[in-house]
Amino acid sequence: MPLSADEVKKIAYLARLGINESDIEAYTSDLSNMLDLMTQMGEADTDSVQPMAHPMDQMQRLRPDIATETDQRQQFQSIAPQIENGLYLVPKVID
Amino acid sequence: MHNKTITDLAKGLRSKEFSSVELTQRYLDRIKKYSDLNCYITVTEEQALKDAQLADSLLADNNANLLTGIPIAQKDIFCTKNIKTTCGSKMLDNFTAPYNATVIENFNHAGAVMLGKLNMDEFAMGSSNETSFYGAVQNPWQTNSVPGGSSGGSAAAVAARLAVAVTGTDTGGSIRQPASLCGITGLKPTYGRVSRYGMIAFASSLDQGGPMARSAEDAAILLQTMAGFDKKDSTSVDQPVPNYSAGLNNSLEGLKIGLPKEFFNEGLNNDIAVAVESAVNEYKKMGAEIKEVSLPNMKLAIPAYYVIASAECSANLSRFDGVRFGYRCDDPADLNDLYIRSRGEAFGSEVKRRILMGTYALSAGYYDAYYIKAQKIRRLIAEDFTQALSEVDVLMGPVSPSTAFAIGEKTDDPIDMYLADIYTIAVNLAGLPAMSVPAGLVDNKPVGLQIIGNYFTEDRLLNIAHQYQQVTDWHLQSPKGFE
Repeated sequence: MPLSADEVKKIAYLARLGINESDIEAYTSDLSNMLDLMTQMGEADTDSVQPMAHPMDQMQRLRPDIATETDQRQQFQSIAPQIENGLYLVPKVID
Repeated sequence: MHNKTITDLAKGLRSKEFSSVELTQRYLDRIKKYSDLNCYITVTEEQALKDAQLADSLLADNNANLLTGIPIAQKDIFCTKNIKTTCGSKMLDNFTAPYNATVIENFNHAGAVMLGKLNMDEFAMGSSNETSFYGAVQNPWQTNSVPGGSSGGSAAAVAARLAVAVTGTDTGGSIRQPASLCGITGLKPTYGRVSRYGMIAFASSLDQGGPMARSAEDAAILLQTMAGFDKKDSTSVDQPVPNYSAGLNNSLEGLKIGLPKEFFNEGLNNDIAVAVESAVNEYKKMGAEIKEVSLPNMKLAIPAYYVIASAECSANLSRFDGVRFGYRCDDPADLNDLYIRSRGEAFGSEVKRRILMGTYALSAGYYDAYYIKAQKIRRLIAEDFTQALSEVDVLMGPVSPSTAFAIGEKTDDPIDMYLADIYTIAVNLAGLPAMSVPAGLVDNKPVGLQIIGNYFTEDRLLNIAHQYQQVTDWHLQSPKGFE
């Protein structure tokens, strides 16, 4: 199933993923080939099959709602690109 | 001493034939000598020697266990506190993990000495180790060939004796395929057997860490340290861990081996088929019964896997946003520009392809056609295995349709690379344990035998692999120039 360059640009934006204009064509062709491969799935009749999200069909384990983590803010922020007064800094969002 | 098993090294340390410092130094020297292989991203020389000293004092006090003082190395996907943890990506080139993965903690408690962090495909996405930001790894058997991937640095390091044993992770074959291509022994455990806490996530319902070593005997020792319930991993399975070394010498009389006919199709290189057949014959001699079985939906494993793995990857990798850790672009104009350029500049092309594919498969209008459909096929594949493993004890076949291919040979065609995962990925979709065991050489390049078992039968798989290694010497062969 061929995708268009515009569709690839739209997907890249949804994923907030910068793609160089000069690479769009190559990604468009690769993704189209991947989708071709995936259409093979249509060969299987799966109408009565339940989707399997997890190898063990496990239920999510629950724990008591008690805070157990210790405060490691300083350590975590020591590896951040930009912080100020214990806050993560990003470019201004609201004018 | 770099050709000894863990058990023999442990004896040597206790009889004072050599110290852990001497042993560690030997490996550090070899790592430097063979640095062209590019197995390591980070060598933690100073810490390794300190840990070796500590191990020597524990050994002197008789306060040591089997792994105390044994030099191992970790795939750079496991978070190591205060040590650079890159996952093979520019995105994490500046990242020092603030905590240890559970697997790392377990090895630390056991007293193992960590030599460093091993090269890998970027975020474990690749089958050749060529997608690493830190460059390709050379296969020690033929240095213009790939070691396989994504645990390519891990496999090459064991083959070249640059660590006694190592860890890897397997999402679609990333332990077994490089083990096969480098002639070593690798085990992908049952999903949930080894904690994923601190193991950087690629596809959370498929990822599983496991041991890579020269022999099944050594792999059993590593798995003993890695396996177990961990409340920090919500998908960890709370089930007792058997003694993996205890049953290694059990007889294989009456073992029922199934050969899935789909594993021996036209895509398989004839020399590999012959090597696998001759391994199966060895098992016959040991009293095993052979039966043909079928996994009728196996062909659909590739498309289903690449939908599920890409979808989970696109969700998992959304955490890399240039805000809290990792790479950030220069002078972002606004918040969107910060996200888009940080991710665009720091992810490599294979990771980008998978994020795009996953985002598409999860987007409105396509979710049912791709993601849900793939999950339904996943169940069909799991049921195929349940059926086959109700008729026999284990399945055997090849790991990879070919031996190690040349560096650069497949980089232009991602689909061609995906198709090479045909014999390994179905196992991940089902969550089963499987091994790769050295079973021959074709044109001086190793071939692996794959052994697939039922859930939580790692002990049986190790027993089956160990018995084969008692009657063959493929696992003892070393690449020329690295003896």
